[in-house]
Amino acid sequence: MGQPAQRQSMASSSTPRRIPWDALAVFPFILFAVMFLFLPTFSLIGGAFTDRAGNFTLDNIAGLFTDQIMAAYWISIRISGASAILGALIGLAITLAIIRGKLPQGLRSAVMTFSGVASNFAGVPLAFAFIATLGRLGLATIILKTVFGIDIYRSGFNLFSFWGLTLTYLYFQIPLMVLTIAPAIDGLKKEWNEAAQTLGASTWQFWRYIGFPILWPSVLGTLSLLFANAFGAIATAWALTGSNLNIVTVLLYNQIRGDALQNPGLGAALALGMIVITSLANVIYLVVAARAERWMK
Amino acid sequence: MKSDKFWAWLVFILGSAYFVVPLAATFEFSLRMRRGEYSFDAYASVFSDPYFASSFTYSVVVGLFTIIVGIFVVVPAVYFVRLRMPWLKPIMEFITLLPLVIPALVLVYGYIRLYGSSSFIPFTGSVLGTDILLTCAYVTLALPYMYRAVDNGMRTIDIGTLTEAAQIAGANQLQIIAQIILPNILVAILSGAFLTFAIVIGEFTIASLLNRPAFGPYLVGIGTNRAYEPAALAIISFIITWGAMGMINVLGRFAPRTSARTD
Repeated sequence: MGQPAQRQSMASSSTPRRIPWDALAVFPFILFAVMFLFLPTFSLIGGAFTDRAGNFTLDNIAGLFTDQIMAAYWISIRISGASAILGALIGLAITLAIIRGKLPQGLRSAVMTFSGVASNFAGVPLAFAFIATLGRLGLATIILKTVFGIDIYRSGFNLFSFWGLTLTYLYFQIPLMVLTIAPAIDGLKKEWNEAAQTLGASTWQFWRYIGFPILWPSVLGTLSLLFANAFGAIATAWALTGSNLNIVTVLLYNQIRGDALQNPGLGAALALGMIVITSLANVIYLVVAARAERWMK
Repeated sequence: MKSDKFWAWLVFILGSAYFVVPLAATFEFSLRMRRGEYSFDAYASVFSDPYFASSFTYSVVVGLFTIIVGIFVVVPAVYFVRLRMPWLKPIMEFITLLPLVIPALVLVYGYIRLYGSSSFIPFTGSVLGTDILLTCAYVTLALPYMYRAVDNGMRTIDIGTLTEAAQIAGANQLQIIAQIILPNILVAILSGAFLTFAIVIGEFTIASLLNRPAFGPYLVGIGTNRAYEPAALAIISFIITWGAMGMINVLGRFAPRTSARTD
């Protein structure tokens, strides 16, 4: 009789000692996530639905549907979409070239290392580099003008515009694509290619019916990552164009700095709209990835 | 087959051109400060600027604190979730992906609203508080990378067996983490640390909105006032990023190759 009771008391005395330890180790992480991810986000969501007096309102959300704000969202979506799609396509082509194009092995590791650097070479210095390259006095601009006789600025190009910013964003979007898609392309076994060839498939048919369906979820996943990456970016745009280009991050930056919209609630709604758009990009990815997985089984 | 190789080379060469030309052009531009000849005047001007040294030092210090806090937040959590609470892992992965979904600009807006001088934790009420908030914001930015680095590190060592062995030898939980687990995943942690450093060192958005004298806001200031120094600073930043990434590559060669037992 005494023994089970003793065992039970031992168990109960050791369990409480172990559980707080486990909890304690995870505690900093949870506290951190709550303080610096969840609460700030909830505060903004709350702020988007309250007026100055603290009452519930939908006015802030309705306030988003003005020409200026809608135009800002739209140009942001277009730049992020263009730089994500182009970045994904070009990145895919480069990765295929270095992994499956029978190029020297050394090139592959060089490209991967460079991609690691270039994907982190974003923000202000990147803007400086492109001003020095494609600005009005940039080297590429001058060489194109004096050697090839092409005045890109006269023919409508402007670094501080939609295409200028997209071209600049590609500098970190392409390497990010290369880094994230390389493992998936490595996963395409040479045997599949050989098997398809043995069965008489052309290169096009191999990619159409085998390669691309397998890569599709990874490509789409990276696409949403690239989109969110460009959509939230501001430092490059700010250093490149100042507040000339009316993208949503610049609008929000001015709002945080000095209440440019003259309505804190509207600012919160603007931020909420950004979260909704980046989340939507990720939800689309999750849905397609789940479907693709089901299909692959 | 031959055309495959042709296309591969063509893609590679065009891609390289896009990535090399801006670097070459920036370097060339940075040498043009003295009229009529190439010189390193722009670099000399940058290095003699006291704000360069002070803002760079400030960002390095914040970066180091970010790494320390990041390790403190991530390592124990990953360890215990792997060892005792694997059911928490998907939730943890979800949380660490959030900073990639919620833009940094939105997060810092939330911080300013939530931790303003009249709030329940007035981080931005004092300089020290703002520095702490900036550090925590950077830990959040680096969370996806730090988490992945540490998680990969723990995957390659057998934390279950190590923990049991240490317990038999009489070590307590703190000793296990600090003296057994940490040294074993040091290479992974350092990779995460260098990546964190590369992200933090030139960060502009959060530092400027919190009004701290960091390297990123300094860069923007130079960009609006000077002609050749920005190009020199872009080259310097590229070299710093290259250094941090190079360290990760070098460290990768020291990473343990053994994988954890699956039984």
